[in-house]
Amino acid sequence: MSNVPADLKYTKSHEWVRTLADGSVEIGITDHAQHALGDLVFVEVPEAGRAVKADEACAVVESVKAASDVYAPLAGEITAGNPKLADAPETVNSDPYGEGWLMRMKPAAGAVAAAGLISAADYQKVLEAEGA
Amino acid sequence: MGRKTPLFALHQELGARIVDFGGWDMPVQYASQIAEHHAVRRAAGVFDVSHMCVVDLEGPRVRAFLGALLANDVGRLKTPGKALYSCLLNERGGVIDDLIVYFLTESFFRVVVNAGTRDKDLAWIRRHAAAYGVAVTERTDLAMLAIQGPEARARAAQLLAAADREAALALPVFVGRELGGWFVARTGYTGEDGFEIMLPAAAAVPAWRHLNELGVASCGLGARDTLRLEAGMNLYGHEMDESTDPLESGLAWTVALEPPGRAFIGRAPLEAIRAAGGPARKLVGLLLEDRGVLRSHQKVLVAGAGEGEITSGTFSPTLERSIAFARVPAATAGRVQVDIRGKLLNAAVVKPPFVRNGQSLVT
Repeated sequence: MSNVPADLKYTKSHEWVRTLADGSVEIGITDHAQHALGDLVFVEVPEAGRAVKADEACAVVESVKAASDVYAPLAGEITAGNPKLADAPETVNSDPYGEGWLMRMKPAAGAVAAAGLISAADYQKVLEAEGA
Repeated sequence: MGRKTPLFALHQELGARIVDFGGWDMPVQYASQIAEHHAVRRAAGVFDVSHMCVVDLEGPRVRAFLGALLANDVGRLKTPGKALYSCLLNERGGVIDDLIVYFLTESFFRVVVNAGTRDKDLAWIRRHAAAYGVAVTERTDLAMLAIQGPEARARAAQLLAAADREAALALPVFVGRELGGWFVARTGYTGEDGFEIMLPAAAAVPAWRHLNELGVASCGLGARDTLRLEAGMNLYGHEMDESTDPLESGLAWTVALEPPGRAFIGRAPLEAIRAAGGPARKLVGLLLEDRGVLRSHQKVLVAGAGEGEITSGTFSPTLERSIAFARVPAATAGRVQVDIRGKLLNAAVVKPPFVRNGQSLVT
């Protein structure tokens, strides 16, 4: 059974979104996603200052077997990519909702509302529908 | 759903993730592909390779048949049980498959071919066997386990009757023999010592459980792929196929042009390539110097020589960096660049294998 923290928002493509105190958001991949990918060996995160559109591929997580894109859950400007992942990509496996965050961004005006993020309960239903 | 080996239910019970491989439902990993990889490099692991196709060839002219069928020379097989790696070529010199052939008796050889090429291989073998009066029998009654790693032989020998253990442990490299109704061979696809054991399908599950009890880790096809790549071993469909010949696939050492009188299928085009100065392309190893992971089909840029392509790439758990095979222009040497999602990363050209018997050979 995957860990799905109740205080986060989610996408159907297995990203999570945490709203920080300053109104920016932190983004990562879910426990289910890291488990499905397997041992991560390389993570490419976006650079600060990059403007991204919703659903734009903006990070790459690579397991031994394959490379997978991570999509921006909402539009905005990247404020940071997690610098620790270059040396320790396995952090995404061990702590997907904490130290294994991928990027932080400042949402564009209205972007959070437009993103169609789902609640933990609804994400749990997505996982159940996928047979996870 | 695909075909299933006799171990399928056990793989599910052990929590394996199942994927399609050549039409078979196979375990790609259990808990961690990297942990499984290290288990084989450091101790012992067991792989279900029952999807591979065991074919028995029997008849008084079987050696002559294989002499005409295979690019490597079965004339080199003089001791019963000795194995030989060879390509099966078409008339154009393209690779239909790669296989292992065992010499058992003068009228009985056994070959093991890949799962994904089973049907075309069997059709090809049967078509050519007829003229030699060789009987072709697919051994679907057998399962096959590969037990690999520095501790593999000692632990796997415990599966055998006490009287057979010494004989199993005395097997030279690349030799197999029948012991207690099982065929035990000192072969593998990981760059480590070990056995491949062909046994009756009904014996496979108890043998696997016993191996687990002996501390042999269950390993999936994911680890098998990273291990073989580190070991510098080709995978059919990646490093070679019917559109490539063995000379441009790092397999010239498996093509026996001596003796000159041995007429095997595919010989003439290979001789023509040799006579024209050798193949235009070659297979090399690449070691990525920058961060990232090399993957099949990425483009390789060779300064002054043109372009090539990665045929297999992965992250090497032993070297903790990315390695690959690439087919590149024959003049390639030194350093190349690889296009990974639009970025050009640096890689060193090296001669495989990357790892053998647990040791790095490249850094």
